Amino acid sequence: MCVDCGCGKPPGISGPQETASISLLQNLHQQNQDLAAHNREHFSSAGTLVLNLMSSPGAGKTALLEATLRTLQKHYRCAVLEGDLETELDAQRIRALDIPVVQITTGSACHLDAQLVHNALHGMDLAEIDLLFIENVGNLVCPASFDLGQHLNVVLLSVTEGDDKPAKYPVMFRTADLLVISKLDLLPHVGDFRIDRAENFLRALASPAPIISLSARSGAGLDEWLAWLHAHKAQSPVDEARVVENGGAG
Amino acid sequence: MTRWRGAVMHELSLCRSLLRQILEVAEQHRVLAVTVVRLQVGPLSGVEPELLKTAFPLAAAGTLAESAKLNLTATCIEVYCGSCKKRSRAASNQLSCTSCGSCSTQLVSGDELILESVELTLDELSAIKCP
Repeated sequence: MCVDCGCGKPPGISGPQETASISLLQNLHQQNQDLAAHNREHFSSAGTLVLNLMSSPGAGKTALLEATLRTLQKHYRCAVLEGDLETELDAQRIRALDIPVVQITTGSACHLDAQLVHNALHGMDLAEIDLLFIENVGNLVCPASFDLGQHLNVVLLSVTEGDDKPAKYPVMFRTADLLVISKLDLLPHVGDFRIDRAENFLRALASPAPIISLSARSGAGLDEWLAWLHAHKAQSPVDEARVVENGGAG
Repeated sequence: MTRWRGAVMHELSLCRSLLRQILEVAEQHRVLAVTVVRLQVGPLSGVEPELLKTAFPLAAAGTLAESAKLNLTATCIEVYCGSCKKRSRAASNQLSCTSCGSCSTQLVSGDELILESVELTLDELSAIKCP
């Protein structure tokens, strides 16, 4: 008889090899998503707007940050989280601008996740930061699958990579709240990159994300990018959170 | 940390999450072994099924799930068109509406990565317990 409830099932009859099938329907990203939501609460309650910069290696994330921060630090208290497999080279470039930076060296991991970002937050005082840029590990695949708690995703595509990348890496480019086409100064030298083709590939992913073409080196297009940042900073994350809580009623 | 071709694939970190979830379930029952793990993987989940199969034994080594068979079911991409109000099948880099061509579609399915179910071998004591 069952040892717990006396249901009448005699012991030993089914033997040690009885099997059970258990339906779970659990999201494998759940743990990361919960942590990301936790990070986002921290950011929003501190009034810190957080942007996650993603691209392939060498697309110009650090160069864009350098050009951006030189201007932006006159208006906002900025900080940077640098994700890299190895070295502090990027962090040193940002530090040279007198911007607080925390380096996350992932060793061999191909992406940042919400836990790594959460750990790094312990080295930052969010109350003192208006804008936090997270420079993700250069990679068009893995970072796309891991929410960090950011408010906005910025995906960079340099003209030297080819205009077909949104079609080849749809998971990444679908996440973009803004597509930055970088290294615009090199466009005359790479005859086969067409901005309209890149845009068509992005729209085919049902993405309404705006596209800004710029060159961190020449400064072309930087004003449009800075205006985009100012506009999003003007919508305080705290206010946005309240709107969501009120069911979008205002 | 286990390396694969010089870098840790994100499929391995996902397999570690998967193992945590599976072993939590195994702890709730008296389990001798986890024999089958069923996953639903969408083409837009960002996960490469073959890499997941490669990573799973690495993550499962030494656990109750080390001999488990990983069954992957590929889901289809479906979008809902906000313009013509129709649902249609789509491809991962062509998510516009196949009926009217509109780009203002929403993804209905295709990005899921779901632990659907597990099959367990229970030990004798557990086998005679009511659930």
